[in-house]
Amino acid sequence: MKRLDVLWATLIGIAIWQAIVWITQAPHFILPSPSRVAQAAWSSQALIAEHALVTATEVILGLIIGTALGAITAIQLALSETTRRLFLPILVFTQAVPVFALAPILTLWFGYGIASKIVMAVIIIYFPVTSAFHDGLMRQPPGTFDLAKSMGAGKWRTLRHIQIPAALPALGSGLRLAAVYAPIGAVIGEWVGASRGLGYLMLLANGRAKIDLMFAALITLAVFAVLLHQLIGILVRRLEAYAAGR
Amino acid sequence: MGNGIARGMTAPALHMAGVFQIGGKQLFGPVDLSFPAAGWSCVLGPSGAGKSTILRLLLDLETGGTFHGTVTASDGAPLAERVAMMAQSDLLMPWLPVRENVVLGARLRGEAPDMARADKLIARVGLGDHASKKPAALSGGMRQRVALARTLMEDRPIVLLDEPFSALDASTRADMQELAAEVLKDKTVVLVTHDPAEAARLGRKIFVMEGGAVNVWPTPDTPPIRAINAPETLACQSALLDHLRGHVA
Repeated sequence: MKRLDVLWATLIGIAIWQAIVWITQAPHFILPSPSRVAQAAWSSQALIAEHALVTATEVILGLIIGTALGAITAIQLALSETTRRLFLPILVFTQAVPVFALAPILTLWFGYGIASKIVMAVIIIYFPVTSAFHDGLMRQPPGTFDLAKSMGAGKWRTLRHIQIPAALPALGSGLRLAAVYAPIGAVIGEWVGASRGLGYLMLLANGRAKIDLMFAALITLAVFAVLLHQLIGILVRRLEAYAAGR
Repeated sequence: MGNGIARGMTAPALHMAGVFQIGGKQLFGPVDLSFPAAGWSCVLGPSGAGKSTILRLLLDLETGGTFHGTVTASDGAPLAERVAMMAQSDLLMPWLPVRENVVLGARLRGEAPDMARADKLIARVGLGDHASKKPAALSGGMRQRVALARTLMEDRPIVLLDEPFSALDASTRADMQELAAEVLKDKTVVLVTHDPAEAARLGRKIFVMEGGAVNVWPTPDTPPIRAINAPETLACQSALLDHLRGHVA
């Protein structure tokens, strides 16, 4: 039923798009019709796939590294009050810097290859993951810490046996946000300076007035982002079910 | 129960004397409370009187105030690591099956849990067929039984109960009172409760907290646990209720 809904929504979207093209009579180099874009996607499938693979690699590696760093930071913050006092304000302050403004600097430091895009994705998802997981670790049902203390538990074992499993759904919320942000980070990195990736392909196509190819790259990016979100959604639901004992 | 001998199975009497203040204001005291060894003491009183604070002081937990006084055991040994607690909320870990919840204390201390003993205790609280289930599959009463088994697994001579039965329906509550009275009969138990009927059934000693003082209330002559419908239980319950209503109103 749900899959049918997605199919219908897609068909309706394409119909509206086609209707706008008919009604406005927009030239194909401003707004290409769905059939033109489909044609461009078909004829350039190898090219699109090659660039899509680069962007996907950047996003997935960025997600894995960013989530790992965020989770480790959250655990460190939960373990030590001193770290919390010193590091939390710094973490919040770094969020005041628009991450996109860092893109040129990252390209300068890490080059035109995929490294600067991965770093961009890592930076953009690090804070949401850290913040969500840390909140989850510290927010336990009232009495939990008292119970652990009365049982003679140390900080690390309380974290391992109680706080981390209980905070998995919170980590999941961070992951959901990360899945949305990571492609944005990667594509912005590609716009600033790259020789491969869907963001690069879009700029290239735009420069050569191949707007249909640009749309094909954009739609590929959107489909990838939606698939990633769905995949993360499945993982998060598993984490939630585990923590709830279902 | 070798584990228990190591921790000292002989339940001591407890004594608490002093004044408790929050933000310079006195919440209760001066008090001089003696909790009998291997018996149930019940602490009753209106909300905010400081009943739970007494338990927190016995457990050496953060109270948000300052206690000027002493908390001692009759055998002279420190209370640390000899006290187990059970709260109104079962505090079970939803992702762990019953058996793992019961051995949580050992896991938290990094000890190898005694699974055979855990199974015995689970059977003792009547959940032998449910040891592999997760808490979500159990009723409120069953979950509180698991919490009781977890408390017993700690095998501490002193057990502090903070309204552990108050969220249960009346018949489950009566069952749990009987079960707890039986399995904790050798322990020094301090029970905080809102329910005069519970205190009248279970208390070998009853304390009533009111207006900053803690008074000893006369208990029936019969030993606990008393029948719900025994005349002396009902008389004690009704006198307590009248007294509390007079002060609350």
